[in-house]
Amino acid sequence: MADVTFTVDGKKLTAPAGMLLIDACRKAGIEIPAFCYYPGLSLQAACRMCVVRQEKVPKLQTACTTTVAEGQIFVTDSPEITQARKATIELLLGNHPLDCPVCDAGGECELQDMTFKYGAGESLYVEAKQHREEQKWSPAVYFDRPRCILCYRCVRMCGEGMDVWALGIQNRGASATIAPNGGDHLDCEQCGMCIDACPVGALTSDTYRYKTRPWEMNHVSTVCTHCGDGCKVTLGVRQANDGAEIIRADNRDKSGINGDFLCAKGRFGFDFVESVDRLTKPLVRNAAGKLEPATWEAALRLVAAKFKEVRDAGTGIGVIGSNTNTNEENYLLQKFARTVLQTNNIDHVRSTDYAGFALALAGTSGRAASLHDTTTAKAILLIGGNPTEEHPLLAWNLRTNFRHNQARIYIATNSPIKLERQAIKSLLLPIDGYESFAEFLSGSATEIDSIAEAAAFREAVVAEESLLVVFGEEYRGAAIDSLIQWGLGREGVKFAYLGDYANSRGAADMGLFPDLLPGYVPVADAGAFALEYAGMPSSAGKDAVALFDSAAAGQLGALYVVGSDPVSAYGVDPSALKNTFVVAQDIFLTSTAALADVVLPSASLYEKSGTVTNTYGDVQLVKKAADKAGVKPDFEILIRLAGAMGVDVKKLVPFGQIGKTGGGVSADMGQSRGAQSGEVDRHAVWLTANGLEPRLSPFDPLAVLDEIERLVPSYKLDRLNLFGGNDSATEPGFVPVSSLVSARDLILPAHDGLFTSGTLGAHTAALTELNQYQNQAVAEVAAD
Amino acid sequence: MSTETMSIFSPALATRFDALVLKYPVKRSALIPMLLYAQDEVGYVSDAVMAEIAERLSITALDVKNVASYYSMLRFKPAGKYNVQVCTNISCMLRGGYEIFDHLQEKLGIGHKGVTADGVFSLEEVECIGVCCWAPAIQVNYDFHDELTNDKVDQVLADYKAKAATEGAR
Repeated sequence: MADVTFTVDGKKLTAPAGMLLIDACRKAGIEIPAFCYYPGLSLQAACRMCVVRQEKVPKLQTACTTTVAEGQIFVTDSPEITQARKATIELLLGNHPLDCPVCDAGGECELQDMTFKYGAGESLYVEAKQHREEQKWSPAVYFDRPRCILCYRCVRMCGEGMDVWALGIQNRGASATIAPNGGDHLDCEQCGMCIDACPVGALTSDTYRYKTRPWEMNHVSTVCTHCGDGCKVTLGVRQANDGAEIIRADNRDKSGINGDFLCAKGRFGFDFVESVDRLTKPLVRNAAGKLEPATWEAALRLVAAKFKEVRDAGTGIGVIGSNTNTNEENYLLQKFARTVLQTNNIDHVRSTDYAGFALALAGTSGRAASLHDTTTAKAILLIGGNPTEEHPLLAWNLRTNFRHNQARIYIATNSPIKLERQAIKSLLLPIDGYESFAEFLSGSATEIDSIAEAAAFREAVVAEESLLVVFGEEYRGAAIDSLIQWGLGREGVKFAYLGDYANSRGAADMGLFPDLLPGYVPVADAGAFALEYAGMPSSAGKDAVALFDSAAAGQLGALYVVGSDPVSAYGVDPSALKNTFVVAQDIFLTSTAALADVVLPSASLYEKSGTVTNTYGDVQLVKKAADKAGVKPDFEILIRLAGAMGVDVKKLVPFGQIGKTGGGVSADMGQSRGAQSGEVDRHAVWLTANGLEPRLSPFDPLAVLDEIERLVPSYKLDRLNLFGGNDSATEPGFVPVSSLVSARDLILPAHDGLFTSGTLGAHTAALTELNQYQNQAVAEVAAD
Repeated sequence: MSTETMSIFSPALATRFDALVLKYPVKRSALIPMLLYAQDEVGYVSDAVMAEIAERLSITALDVKNVASYYSMLRFKPAGKYNVQVCTNISCMLRGGYEIFDHLQEKLGIGHKGVTADGVFSLEEVECIGVCCWAPAIQVNYDFHDELTNDKVDQVLADYKAKAATEGAR
């Protein structure tokens, strides 16, 4: 809307007409306090803290419901207003217990801050405070009734934000209280958003209550390790005997890709870090066939010697990478496999066909959607998947987009999903209807036409000027291609592909494939990689399943499994690996690790640095939060292993003085030996061209990020944004146009729900408890 | 929901509700009249009442409870056949409302919100019932009895007791 000019405290402000005064003031740096106002949710005007004086209006007005218009004059700070706010606080404190010294919110409580600012140290009330015992509403949520100031934030957050509607206000006046839908408990999605929204300590979480004080923690912003949406999560970390422990997870500064959202997994699912099942010492299988603890030196020496022996004997080595490790680790792993182990036998447990997606988009640009697009797109077509369960942030974004912008959401799935409540049209597909859906959209006759609403659905979708197509793991290979070809034939169609795990997309982008290098460059036509990857074989290697087949046939000398459990994923018979030297590197003793000859304990994503790529291709920075004695990040283990094998580590990780005349600003720019003089020089030239300095340590993952940016065209990252804690989108269209498509469909979607997260989830007590609680609740409903 | 499907309400009330939900631009506007009619028929707002109303209005049972719990004239436990509501607001208080209330408590042997053992009477102290000109007054179900004295109250109770006996007490 058109801008209007109005006056606040004597200052002329300009804002779009119709903007809320509170927002306009906050934008201009004028603070207006409020408890009930929560940006993005409906207006409540319940707390009366934001009152301001508007000229020619008899009573004080609430800034959270006043919209700005031309020529208005406001006063937000005067003795009258201070007195009004002070009186409001006095009323709020009338029954507030003032147990701040033990309250979870103490130190970061909005009521405390407001009382500090406005006073209200004395009260005219002489009545005794009404005490109520704390109530446990679910394994995640606790309610302390006297602390509640009835701001309705949790009620609106649960209803509007989460579309769960599990909280309400009951009774009237002094006996009014927040009430859960189950009477004395919550039947909900256990997301914990109500706890986050609570301005005081009325709603507290089981994982954090009475554990610590906010100022005793360090707060580290990193990326959640659980699903493919990649929410930014702020971990509250405190010193512990064996390192640093995570006490809390939330998104306290409401920043990053997920804004104020976080689901149950992000909020409560961090205790796997402290699990007693954690591996903390390298294990080596002894003569008796038992795994026994060893030192890092001994374990690495053994692995290095064995890998060298197998490589030199040519009896075959396979490498399997991880869906949760960082991009840098996965890049380094494949570089290690290809240049040090000199094999293309590298793969990962594929949960999503990102290679198919990238190849279908090859040569295009601007067709891949960032997660941000889901909050702004005018029309969204969701085909398959169940965002509410498997991609909570996407579901949140779609609901928000619908609520704020009336986005038109079209849903085609083979079973009903909750998001249909926000959909303008939905279509129930036959279970095999996905493959022919693109054909159906383009107007060809398919079996889908026999569904009653199909024609109207297609008509509406096709009539959209712009469309964001979000599709699930039901799609792979040729089906992706046909869907994308349909979209590429139209203007304004963007795509997002939903996959599992924190960094499945990164694992694929970083070339954990036997036939594809980083950036989906075919091994057979390796281009720049052929120059840089000395020792890399020029033909494709074996995929994961083929590796286990050759192991069973006795033709695999060694297998190196990093952060992955292929044995249970592919149902490998343990006897298949009896003649193979297996090295497993993981945080838990997985089925694969249990069969290994050497087990190396690695750090979880919360204990390392680097970057990860979410399923939409948005790259974010991972920062080390916790610390565990005994474990090492996979990055460091790889470097140490390469070192133990006698490799020149500088060839793996470009760091320190590089080039003949030194690195950084004094790098050899190619003058002495020509632009094609060698690998290290190329990196120095690139660094200089990009105004970067060489990294000082081989253990700095950012050195590898530099190399990724240099060699992978789709990873052109906005570093300022990235290091500022935001996401930076990649462009999957920047891959070689090639007909190479993986011959075998090895995709195993995980379909982790709200409380499961593969191996991590199984070792997370908070999630296990929530999962049991929810299943029990479902069983009870079914029994009724 | 149509009258043919399972309803806990009488066919007449169910039909009335069918019409009521269509009467307003937004379905949930019918919530408060429905609660009142349902209470008149069922005697109180039971969980089953709230569940059916929620379903008829396509809202959650929690929503119904949130609204219902706001209003003191809606009750969540059964009342007696005759619910005696004694006004003790200013006019009635000045003209002996509390004496009437005390007398009723003694006479019926129950307190505020109590129900007699035979289920005939329940007693409630309420805010103004709008009969200030003829205070003190009580309201029994929807009938008013005003300018009361203790003797008049005894007569009123006796009448209702007799009425209950002929109709058969619950």
